[in-house]
Amino acid sequence: MSYTPIKRPKFSLADRIYIVAIAKGLCRTFKHLVLALTRRSRHREDFNSKGIGLCMPFPEQRWDERLPEYYRGAPTLVRGEDSRERCVSCQLCEFICPARAITVTPGEVDPASPCAKQEKAPKEFTIDMFRCIYCGMCEEVCPEQAIFMSQEYLITLTDRDKGIRDKETLYKLGGVRKGLVNKWNDHK
Amino acid sequence: MSTTSTILPKDEAAAQGELNVQINGTWHRFAPGTRIADACNTVGAHVPCFCYHPKLAIAGSCRMCLVEQGMPPRLAPGQEPSYDAQGYQPLQWMPRAIIACANTVSENMGIRTTGNITAEARRGVLEFLLSNHPLDCPICDQAGECKLQEYSSDYGSGTSRFQEEKTKKGKNIDLGPRVNLDQERCVLCHRCVRFMRDIVGEEVLGAVGRGSNCAISCYPGLKLDSNYSLNTVDLCPVGALTSKDFRFKMRVWFLKSTPSIDVNCGTGSNISIWSREQEIYRLTPRQNDQVNSCWMPDSHRLNYKYINAEERILNPTVRTDIGAPQRESTWDACLKLSAEQLQKCEASKTAIIVSARMTNEELYLVRALAKQLGIKEIASVSRKGKSDGMLISADGNPNTTGEQMIIAEKATALEGICSGIKSGRITALLALGEDITAEAGLSADNIKNLDYLLTLAHSKNGTTELADVTLPGVTFAEKYGTMINVTGRIQRLNQAIEPIGNSRDDWSILRDLIILLGSEDEKLAALKSARDLVTIMADEFAAMAGLTWGSIGNDGKAIISTGVTIPLIEREQASK
Repeated sequence: MSYTPIKRPKFSLADRIYIVAIAKGLCRTFKHLVLALTRRSRHREDFNSKGIGLCMPFPEQRWDERLPEYYRGAPTLVRGEDSRERCVSCQLCEFICPARAITVTPGEVDPASPCAKQEKAPKEFTIDMFRCIYCGMCEEVCPEQAIFMSQEYLITLTDRDKGIRDKETLYKLGGVRKGLVNKWNDHK
Repeated sequence: MSTTSTILPKDEAAAQGELNVQINGTWHRFAPGTRIADACNTVGAHVPCFCYHPKLAIAGSCRMCLVEQGMPPRLAPGQEPSYDAQGYQPLQWMPRAIIACANTVSENMGIRTTGNITAEARRGVLEFLLSNHPLDCPICDQAGECKLQEYSSDYGSGTSRFQEEKTKKGKNIDLGPRVNLDQERCVLCHRCVRFMRDIVGEEVLGAVGRGSNCAISCYPGLKLDSNYSLNTVDLCPVGALTSKDFRFKMRVWFLKSTPSIDVNCGTGSNISIWSREQEIYRLTPRQNDQVNSCWMPDSHRLNYKYINAEERILNPTVRTDIGAPQRESTWDACLKLSAEQLQKCEASKTAIIVSARMTNEELYLVRALAKQLGIKEIASVSRKGKSDGMLISADGNPNTTGEQMIIAEKATALEGICSGIKSGRITALLALGEDITAEAGLSADNIKNLDYLLTLAHSKNGTTELADVTLPGVTFAEKYGTMINVTGRIQRLNQAIEPIGNSRDDWSILRDLIILLGSEDEKLAALKSARDLVTIMADEFAAMAGLTWGSIGNDGKAIISTGVTIPLIEREQASK
């Protein structure tokens, strides 16, 4: 079975007419409105927030240390601990990408190189950051643990050409990642 | 026991020369000698196979096609057979499964392709095949069209119980100039061995080693260098044999396949064109038992690179004055200029050289163009070679039969036109779809004798360098059209990609030129596609009577009897 049927909860009449839920929601909104107007919002000090409500003075102050581990920033390519290019250009990310941001040109690994067992590596790998929607499907589909979503969210470009990231840039951003499965060693 | 006087189904079937077979509970009728696998597949009960191929000898080695079989009980001496209400004998099911490829159907046989026995058998076979499989699908070119992948997802268990180390075999082995072998991926179906031995007749491949070390290999000192070697790649159900040309070019799930025909010789092998966006990645044979069976020669298969090559002409080019350089132009301006110039040419001093590589529709429009201009001299370049005794025809032109039907009655000899050009009798020439400096026997100096040269070509060649006007047409992958092969079979070309650059479908160039020259043919002016021309031509040519684009179909239709046969098809039909 490739899928598991979800058990839907049974809703009571009170749930189905929404009124209770709407009232609850409005209460939450009013609570925060009162907190904001009385300048007692949570994390107000942490954000160095001025005036009413909660406002972070960006870019002097950054959100970075609060980013959750699962935050999906720009996709990058990683190398393994043996500094091998992990990508084998299977093009599944190109296939799955809903925004068609990824373009892979497959190529052959030099038979003399230490990674010759892998046979295949991308000749070119580009991600168009104007198209990327940060959905993370490329990371999820990758059978080689080669593409990962980084925590980079601040993609402000001075030049449109820089929005299209090539293989070299992507490897530089991704760096080396430890603890991944090493699939293409000589014993396997 | 039923002793009705009505005819029993077995007698009814026997009168028609057929047999009753029950497949998954439903009774069907098949001709004697039908293989169980074929019988099941024709009625929609899919039987998975690795080693079985309808065109090859039976090996029965993969055991993937195991099905349950039942027969009527054997009668005791003197016992009368019993029949059920429908008139069939009861079935006794065998306790073990049998292979569907090596067994044929018989009267009152029962087959079950579903159920515990077959499901368990398939799962077991797959588990053994996968125990030593490298699982390198991410780098395997076959991924996406791999039988092992498909069957694993359909019938496999999904997880592995194999704890031991996998067997190591050769990877990325060079078998020949066009084929690579990965022995670890191989499922030892021997399809490639049987193809080379039985169809090509060259014993090059064999299996070496025993047990889990058994592997396909070339015999010592031999290479898989036959001109039909790439068919083994098509036959290979897994990624063991891969094409060097297509190696790591593109994953197959990105490719669109368009049914078309091969234009490298008169056989017109049926092919599929595999393209993505505007690029052609590979050609593969498409089954047609009247033309090419399931095969095609490598030389024709690999001759597609010119479609996306640098040499393609992307814009119409014109030479505005004698001795002036050629420069790029737009279609409107170029066609208008061509029409003006052609009207100035004296019809008696003008000739047309057409190509038997053009489609019937284009040739028909060339004839209309000649009529419009009043040109009497039309000839085509013939390409007579030698047949290879398989699929390559002695005729190097794909549409000689069509050219003879449409142009030939009016045609003059090519030699006449050539000598006319050399002597100065002919001063203007239209070279349509043919490089006259190559095979027509004219030198560049001869062509310089001409006052006016118009050419229609898809790629730069000797003629386009010298031409006053070059109209960029398209290659076979970019157009619709029909061609008639050496056996007189009309077949369709389909458009796989849009015309590259500003090139245009040849038929529309010719049509526009005819209209600019003053034709008032309303049918021509209203044409939207070359496909509609088939209907117009059907009214004119007896051989094509009643044909439409749709009725030709993907398999083509035999319309003329030429007496020519295709050696490989002859052999295949004789062996049946």
